[in-house]
Amino acid sequence: MKKYLAASGLILMSFQLNESGVFEAYTQKIPGTEVTFDLAPIPAGSFQMGSNDSNFPDQNPIHEVKLDAFWMGTHEVTWDAFELFLDKQYEESMTEGGVPEIVDGLTRPSLPYLDMTFGMGKEGKPAVGMTQYGALQYCRWLYLKTGIFYRIPTEAEWEYAARAGSKGRFFFGDDPANLSEYSWTKANSQDGTHPVGQKKANPWGLFDIYGNVQEWTIDLYEEDFYSRSAKENPLNPAEKLYPHVVRGGSFKTPESEIGSAVRGVSDPTWKRIDPQIPKSQWWFPEAPFIGLRIVRPLNPPSPEQIKAYYEQEPIADY
Amino acid sequence: MKNLNSRRDFLKTSALVTGGMMAPSFLVPGAYAAPANELKLAVIGCGGRGTGAVFQAFETGHPIKLVAMADAFQDRLDNSYKAIFDKYGKDKVDVPEEMKLVGFEGYKKAIAAADVVILASPPGFRPSHFEEAVNQGKQIFMEKPVATDAAGIRKVLAAAEVAKAKKLNVVVGLQRRYQSNYIEVMKRIQDGQLGEIVGGQVYWNDGGVWIRERKPEMTEMEYQMRNWYYFNWLCGDHITEQHVHNIDIANWAKNGYPVKAEGTGGRQVRTGKNTGEIFDHHVLTFTYADGSVIHSECRHFPGAANRVDETFQGTKGKVYLSAGNHGDMTDWKGNSIYSHNRENQANPYQTEHDELWGAIVKGEYKFADAERAAKSTMTAIMGRYATYSGKVLTWDEALNGTVDLFPDTLAWDATPKLLPGADGFYPHAVPGKSKVV
Repeated sequence: MKKYLAASGLILMSFQLNESGVFEAYTQKIPGTEVTFDLAPIPAGSFQMGSNDSNFPDQNPIHEVKLDAFWMGTHEVTWDAFELFLDKQYEESMTEGGVPEIVDGLTRPSLPYLDMTFGMGKEGKPAVGMTQYGALQYCRWLYLKTGIFYRIPTEAEWEYAARAGSKGRFFFGDDPANLSEYSWTKANSQDGTHPVGQKKANPWGLFDIYGNVQEWTIDLYEEDFYSRSAKENPLNPAEKLYPHVVRGGSFKTPESEIGSAVRGVSDPTWKRIDPQIPKSQWWFPEAPFIGLRIVRPLNPPSPEQIKAYYEQEPIADY
Repeated sequence: MKNLNSRRDFLKTSALVTGGMMAPSFLVPGAYAAPANELKLAVIGCGGRGTGAVFQAFETGHPIKLVAMADAFQDRLDNSYKAIFDKYGKDKVDVPEEMKLVGFEGYKKAIAAADVVILASPPGFRPSHFEEAVNQGKQIFMEKPVATDAAGIRKVLAAAEVAKAKKLNVVVGLQRRYQSNYIEVMKRIQDGQLGEIVGGQVYWNDGGVWIRERKPEMTEMEYQMRNWYYFNWLCGDHITEQHVHNIDIANWAKNGYPVKAEGTGGRQVRTGKNTGEIFDHHVLTFTYADGSVIHSECRHFPGAANRVDETFQGTKGKVYLSAGNHGDMTDWKGNSIYSHNRENQANPYQTEHDELWGAIVKGEYKFADAERAAKSTMTAIMGRYATYSGKVLTWDEALNGTVDLFPDTLAWDATPKLLPGADGFYPHAVPGKSKVV
């Protein structure tokens, strides 16, 4: 438990050394495969986080937050990439030149006994149903494959990137009538995921922010966290398995529950029908609406800190 | 009934617990009520599923005490015990060291200690475990599939008859049978709302399951037991272990069992030394007595499209079903006949225990799932026989099959019948060459 806390906190510490040199959009290739994904630069800066909407006390109060720079995935992670991670033999069969031994020793998900696409399809569509631990280990796999430190965003990073400088309910204004131009939600999804990137992006080039699938953040959810969160690079480290913050709407979310400041929460009922004990550390058989989007801090932590972060022990779930 | 005295004790003491719920016809054959009035539970097979089933038993809220556990492996048993004890504590878990039974034979003593048993070992052991539990007059929850070959099915069918005669409740973990979308749709199909069912398609297509790597200290028997999914004497191939769920739905919709099977299968992408002998795909047609045909397809192809569901066509309409609570019936003009509400549905893994334990505490005899589960398992085995041999198999040919996959001796140093070749690969069936029955 202590290990988990310490690792979650450390990972936001940044260093003066900027290894990357250039801070611009780029395409990441998963070595040896045809799979690529794009990242957009999110500049360092300050923004007004939360809302004063008294109907949503957990979004109160509006408070200023300052963040370091990072890149963010322009799209939600798709099955095309995630399935390479989840099945070692499949990765080997799809990777030219073989899979390095360091990757070979990685902790992989248990292959799901149930159909974790929920009949919604794979190609170009967001990977769904993974736990936050599964999302973290996917990032570790990417790190071992690419040498680049990726992780899921903090709640503050997510909202900052989603707002892209905007102050209203949505990055395109306050009128939900325009939501369908930007998002797959309950109103237009026909109860399933869609290929990523079919709708309009936000001003910083991020697609599907308000819909398709909800996205994992690192943070523990506490309703009153904003009243005491840090002003710079805030993070609420998780010392228990539930609830974590999930952000953005999904194909199941009604339009009334969508906005840049809306805070979603993970819930143990998402594993209700898992017939095994201990319940899977990897899969939520009743959460077809949860996915992930990755970030890369401009200034990565030290290799030791990265190692500690990725090697957090999962918390058992009965 | 050799346990007559025990039963009377149970009647006497259980009345205190069940109180107003108790029916005048209260009868629990073979059960014995402990002084503390709990029903005594034993779990045989302490993997994730057996442990999960124990949790579900406790979650029914009925007075239950876990008194015995049996598993081939010490570590599996210990992990299971820890998870159960951590969650439910000493009031519900009273398994002394001598009732933690490790090895191949512990099931007999575990069954003897209980009123109700959970049978959740790898499927190859199910026939002998079920037979023993029935002979000892216990109430039974057993996991699917219920056997891996025809000899095992015949044993289960015989024991199922005895269970009926003894009025022992038997629930089998084909949990779709306890899921409301399936129940509601099947009611309407049997009522004729789709007319005659003339065809259907059932699928379990996904990426496959876990692999456990061989360790140098493992005997061949331990390796196969640890990696049981990949060996037919233990698993029956994925068509039996997994796709039986969907095949069972076809039999439910047809209200019968196929008279013949023909099909194609093989090992296309799962070809390693670490994946035993089972195929990675089976594609079949099952023909029923009225000439209607069900298409059955199961595969473990990572990277390919997934599909796990069931569809049927009738003379008046069609239906789409899935474990995700789909149940959509439409006529041939597209008008809805029935559409199941998918939100907030009960967990069928819990419902099957709620129903079983509810019957047991009330002294009711309500569930005799073993025969239909055996016949649906047999349907899957017949499918495997057809894809392995490349031949057309009739139901009777399949059910009377005499090829015996089970080891002659169960011991860690005993030799299973299937062994890897000099190259480390296991031999597997080859259509057109292999004898399966």
